[in-house]
Amino acid sequence: MDILIAGLLLGGTYALIAMGLNLQYGVARIMNLANGELLVAGGFAAFWVYTSGQVSPLAAILLVAPAAFVLNWLIYRIMLRPLVGRAKSRGQLEVDSILATFGLSFILVGVMLAIFGGDYFSYSYLATPVSLFGSNFGLNRVVAFLMASLIALALFLWLNLTRPGMAIRAVSVSPESARLVGIDVRRLSALAFALGGAVTAVGGALISTFLTLDASIGILFTMKALIIVIMGGVGDIRGTIVAALILGLAETLVATVIDPGLTLAAAYLMFILILLFRPQGLFGRRTL
Amino acid sequence: MSQAEVRNLLVAAALLGLAALLPLTGDGYYIALGVTIAMYTVLATSWALFSGPTHYISLATAAFYGLGTYTVALGIDVVPYWLLLVIALVVGAVAAGLVGLATLRLSGVYFVIFTLGLAEMIRQVVTWVQNNFAGHRGLYVLTDITEEVIYWELLGLAALVFLAGWLINRSRLGFALRIIGNDEVVAAHSGINTARAKVLLFMVSGGVAAVVGALLAPRWTYIEPSLAFTPLISFTVVIMALLGGAGRLWGPVIGVVPFAILWEITSAQFPNQRSLLLGIAFLLIVYAIPNGIIGRVEDVVRRVRQRRQA
Repeated sequence: MDILIAGLLLGGTYALIAMGLNLQYGVARIMNLANGELLVAGGFAAFWVYTSGQVSPLAAILLVAPAAFVLNWLIYRIMLRPLVGRAKSRGQLEVDSILATFGLSFILVGVMLAIFGGDYFSYSYLATPVSLFGSNFGLNRVVAFLMASLIALALFLWLNLTRPGMAIRAVSVSPESARLVGIDVRRLSALAFALGGAVTAVGGALISTFLTLDASIGILFTMKALIIVIMGGVGDIRGTIVAALILGLAETLVATVIDPGLTLAAAYLMFILILLFRPQGLFGRRTL
Repeated sequence: MSQAEVRNLLVAAALLGLAALLPLTGDGYYIALGVTIAMYTVLATSWALFSGPTHYISLATAAFYGLGTYTVALGIDVVPYWLLLVIALVVGAVAAGLVGLATLRLSGVYFVIFTLGLAEMIRQVVTWVQNNFAGHRGLYVLTDITEEVIYWELLGLAALVFLAGWLINRSRLGFALRIIGNDEVVAAHSGINTARAKVLLFMVSGGVAAVVGALLAPRWTYIEPSLAFTPLISFTVVIMALLGGAGRLWGPVIGVVPFAILWEITSAQFPNQRSLLLGIAFLLIVYAIPNGIIGRVEDVVRRVRQRRQA
């Protein structure tokens, strides 16, 4: 029971991060390997406003989200659009964007190392126990989970019920056909990329309330988010949420029962199973 | 063999012979640098054997390299060293085969993601096994193999890899891979078993990386997971190979020499800026020299020739 709840609490935050990556990969078709670094940057920002100004990390989200949105929009316009333009095939765009975002991720790590140093950093926020179903959990974890669910729900409704949301889903299904029905694919791709980055950075701010981060840990989150997105199916928000909860549960289970040092191995096990049996994702349909 | 091929072979042999003279300088610093360059030459060339024609970016080098190092660390007291090298080759090839079977049937993105975390994942498992079942963290590799010998061994391996690459290029397998790299659908339709071709070549690449790890194990004497499975090797190898140009057999070497030297200097003097250097190198490759230094040079040569004809 403990494992179940702790796993779901962790999975909820993972879901938010992976939704951000899914918007970037599913809609803008950019495999963003700098995603985890932007998450850490969001965490750093929350840390910074909390320790220097005693501003609650939850309020910091109001600052982190628009800042990350603008930053990601600029990244897309300046760095990635030229690659989209010159790519002759989807495969080439993938190789180019993987290399370019790797470059970006290393540069971000370098910049964060220069600013904050290589130390671990954490702060204590809402670190009071709260009782759920007879066991105690950190209040910060519960609050982060609630916030993540709220944002994920808002995003889900926006994508499914509004006109721009529908246009974004159309681009995700088929950029070529979306153009034919009068959707501005270029503008929406930039929008989806920026929105995805903002969502991830907010996830980072939430994670920093209960996990210790350091400048070079981003790649681990990128890895997890990628596994979740593939597990859930590219472009599939519902699948992402389910996959994130499964991964959260699996990690918590392995960490409690076997060894906390094996969480990535647990994620890999799920990854291999998915690749072998359902490479199109949990809810995906075979396209080729 | 055509005349040009004989000439190339002679030039390569001469360069190799020249490189083999380096330890005669007797300067420890240059020999150490030579080992590093030779190591990256083998790794980057064998990386490009697979990733050059197929455009699949493998980040698994560190994983295979670490497996090779660990093979030696575990067996050095039991089995003769030369046999360990053979075992490392097999271990690396089998590991690459398994990774390939799981991912290479699918699109390239799955492969990149899978290899990205592979070294870290194996490191976690090895650490866990050592902590819980072996009772100690590290292993000792005590041999009388000197830096000079490691350097010559690596040069020999480099010669073998070049030879293998040259033979593969001429073989049906090499031809099949070039078609796959140009258009996988066409390749499948002309009757090429694309998955088999890719897995086979990836196994060559993985096996070689494991042997490099095994050859370098005596250099460290004390081996623990975080030393054997350093993920950075995967990235530096990709950068070096692409910087030189992965489309030609001898392309990666052109990238290895300057970047390995730059990397050594940065690591020694500004260790915190290494990450920035990697980032800038990646961006440089994507935006300024997408086909590597070789691609640039070939462009210039072609333009000069055209002008002469006109």
